[in-house]
Amino acid sequence: MAHMNMIQALNSAMDIMLGRDPSVVLMGEDIGYFGGVFRTTEGLQRKYGENRVLDTPIAEGGIIAAAIGMAVNGLRPVAEIQFADYIYPGFDQIVSELARLRYRSAGQFFAPVTIRTPAGGGIRGGQTHSQSPEGIFTHVSGIKVVMPSNPYDAKGLLITAIEDDDPVVFFEPKRLYNGPFDGDPHKPAVPWTTHPKGQVPEGHYTVPFGVADIVRPGSQLTIITYGTMVFVALAAAAALGVDAEVIDVRSLVPLDIDTLVRSVKKTGRCVVAHEATRFSGFGAELVSVIQEECFWSLEAPIQRVAGWDTPYPHAFEWEYFPGQTRVATAIKAVMEPA
Amino acid sequence: MNKKSRLHLPNPPARPGQKPDFSYVHLSPAGAVPRPEVTARARDMESLAVELVRVLDDDGEAVGPWNPHLDAQDLQVGLRHMVLTRLFDDRMQRTQRAGKISFYMRSLGEEAVSVAGGMALRPGDMLFPSYRNQGLHIVRGIALVDMMCQLLSNTRDMCKGRQLPVMYHSKPGNLFSISGNLATQFPQAVGWAMAAALKGEDHLAASWIGEGSSAEADFHHALLFASVYQAPVILNIVNNQWAISTFQGYAGGEQRSFAARGPGYGIAGIRADGNDFLAVSAVTQWAAERARTGGGPTLIELVTYRGAAHSTSDDPARYRAKDDEAHWPLGDPIERLKRHLIELGEWSEERHRALVTELEALVAASWQEAVKFGTMSDGPKLNSDLMFEDVFKDMPAHLERQRAQMRSERS
Repeated sequence: MAHMNMIQALNSAMDIMLGRDPSVVLMGEDIGYFGGVFRTTEGLQRKYGENRVLDTPIAEGGIIAAAIGMAVNGLRPVAEIQFADYIYPGFDQIVSELARLRYRSAGQFFAPVTIRTPAGGGIRGGQTHSQSPEGIFTHVSGIKVVMPSNPYDAKGLLITAIEDDDPVVFFEPKRLYNGPFDGDPHKPAVPWTTHPKGQVPEGHYTVPFGVADIVRPGSQLTIITYGTMVFVALAAAAALGVDAEVIDVRSLVPLDIDTLVRSVKKTGRCVVAHEATRFSGFGAELVSVIQEECFWSLEAPIQRVAGWDTPYPHAFEWEYFPGQTRVATAIKAVMEPA
Repeated sequence: MNKKSRLHLPNPPARPGQKPDFSYVHLSPAGAVPRPEVTARARDMESLAVELVRVLDDDGEAVGPWNPHLDAQDLQVGLRHMVLTRLFDDRMQRTQRAGKISFYMRSLGEEAVSVAGGMALRPGDMLFPSYRNQGLHIVRGIALVDMMCQLLSNTRDMCKGRQLPVMYHSKPGNLFSISGNLATQFPQAVGWAMAAALKGEDHLAASWIGEGSSAEADFHHALLFASVYQAPVILNIVNNQWAISTFQGYAGGEQRSFAARGPGYGIAGIRADGNDFLAVSAVTQWAAERARTGGGPTLIELVTYRGAAHSTSDDPARYRAKDDEAHWPLGDPIERLKRHLIELGEWSEERHRALVTELEALVAASWQEAVKFGTMSDGPKLNSDLMFEDVFKDMPAHLERQRAQMRSERS
């Protein structure tokens, strides 16, 4: 075991996979010689060579398309899209090609591409470096969508993604790269060395898709969340002194419905929280599933916590961000007696 | 003079009721264009991107430095593949009109593009076709029965009922799955070629798109990545003048040839007569040798004419002159190769008639065989459970639940 922040854990996952599997190649803007704008691929080109870790042109559509062709030719590309906000030029290649190749060719062709992309706000990124577009991709049949919330899960899920024969879009909540963040930007930053999930095995291990993590067991309500919002939810519940069961979904597609349903049937109350915008967000799917499966166990209407339905504004970042206050409001609403 | 900016709105030279006019198509005399070494730098051969490589002259003779000197036997095989492609197209067109299949797209007049190009490559080379490259499948030996079963979406459909007709694929034939979204395969072919080079293999990738879809960003991504990584790839633009009702001027063809986009990216660009079997074969061979010897990509514009409608859902009489094709200056690829073989003393009208008869019988027999596996109206049907398979490698729980629900709707 070693102390790792999320960047080091992701780097370790790619290092291990480059070493174990000669078909694994990394590609993306600035990822090679420079090691990536967030340093996530630092040292990997030096260690494995320019043929394994490729710098690419600034053309996300070209990156995804080339990765598909490489994957069809037996490679296992891990493509970095520098910010999730930049993924849209590659959207058609992801939605119409990558997601459907296995289906349309009746299994004869498939492309095991992993797309890594830093997402989420809280880093003064403005509307082009802060988005959380995961819900858009969960709406597409044929791709898996994951978002870790800590270094341990990040490494294990990324190894699973690279080894998976299906395409995966892997969102990295960049506000959590260097430490758990409870939503209060005025507090001093907390490093991952202070957190048990910052203890990461140095070797190969996997965290499976489709398995949610009960981050904190509790009895009074269930908070279903993922990514940056996991620590915000924990802090908000602690501040209110409620015994919340906080569940980190981790894998949005496939979704571990059973763990979510079991928890809400137990607590009878549910808050769904994500950083992405609210309208048609992934939270709507979560609320819908809980409503369908747990209606007769619910003591109160399910509450949703999300970013406002505006672009992510640079100057009003903390008014936009669904921080502890917004979570607390939702918790209080579901805790009111029926 | 008081000058003003102006908006140019491209218009084809002839609309319905007007006299066809192909004076805009720049022609070079057969044999006139030099053939550079395959190691030539792209910048030293830019004239090839605007001239027109032609081998067969008006008398059916092969002339000039691009003559590939193919054996008569290869030419006969090429003629056979082209005739089969056309007969297959004709029959499937009529089959659609009779309501037996939902949709079809003919490659009438473009047979040399696929057949000569496909024959000039090796079986290990990966082909990324568009929807009008059926000749590639025929060259690669895909059985007509298998293509017909795909068109029928029947129980032997290679796509298991999931794709529109003509969206074939063949893993053993190294024919990539056809998308239906235009130009997406172009940069994918470049990625495939990059992987071949990374692995140190000798194979190349080749792809085909129409001049209309060269307007897509994917086209430019393909050229950029091919140039940056010098990928062993042949990128073909089939300039058949028409993208449904939109003539090539709306893809930017009025101001510069499509092949000239190659040199703009530092890629060898060659403009060739797409209705000249020998020219298509020669430029493909040149590009393949260049790719296999580390010379990188080639962009080839194959100048041809879409003889048929875009698809069975289209009626070109509404937007182009009725006898347009009769005035097309580059003729019919089958007639031109046939004449050349006759000039060589390697073919005759009788042999040609016999070939047509033989291949018509093959098409008819293949259809009789294909319909045994079901049609849209009769015979065995695909199990609709198949729609839930291959979304992922292993079926996730939510799809299992939906499949169960669909089964309950069925019963």
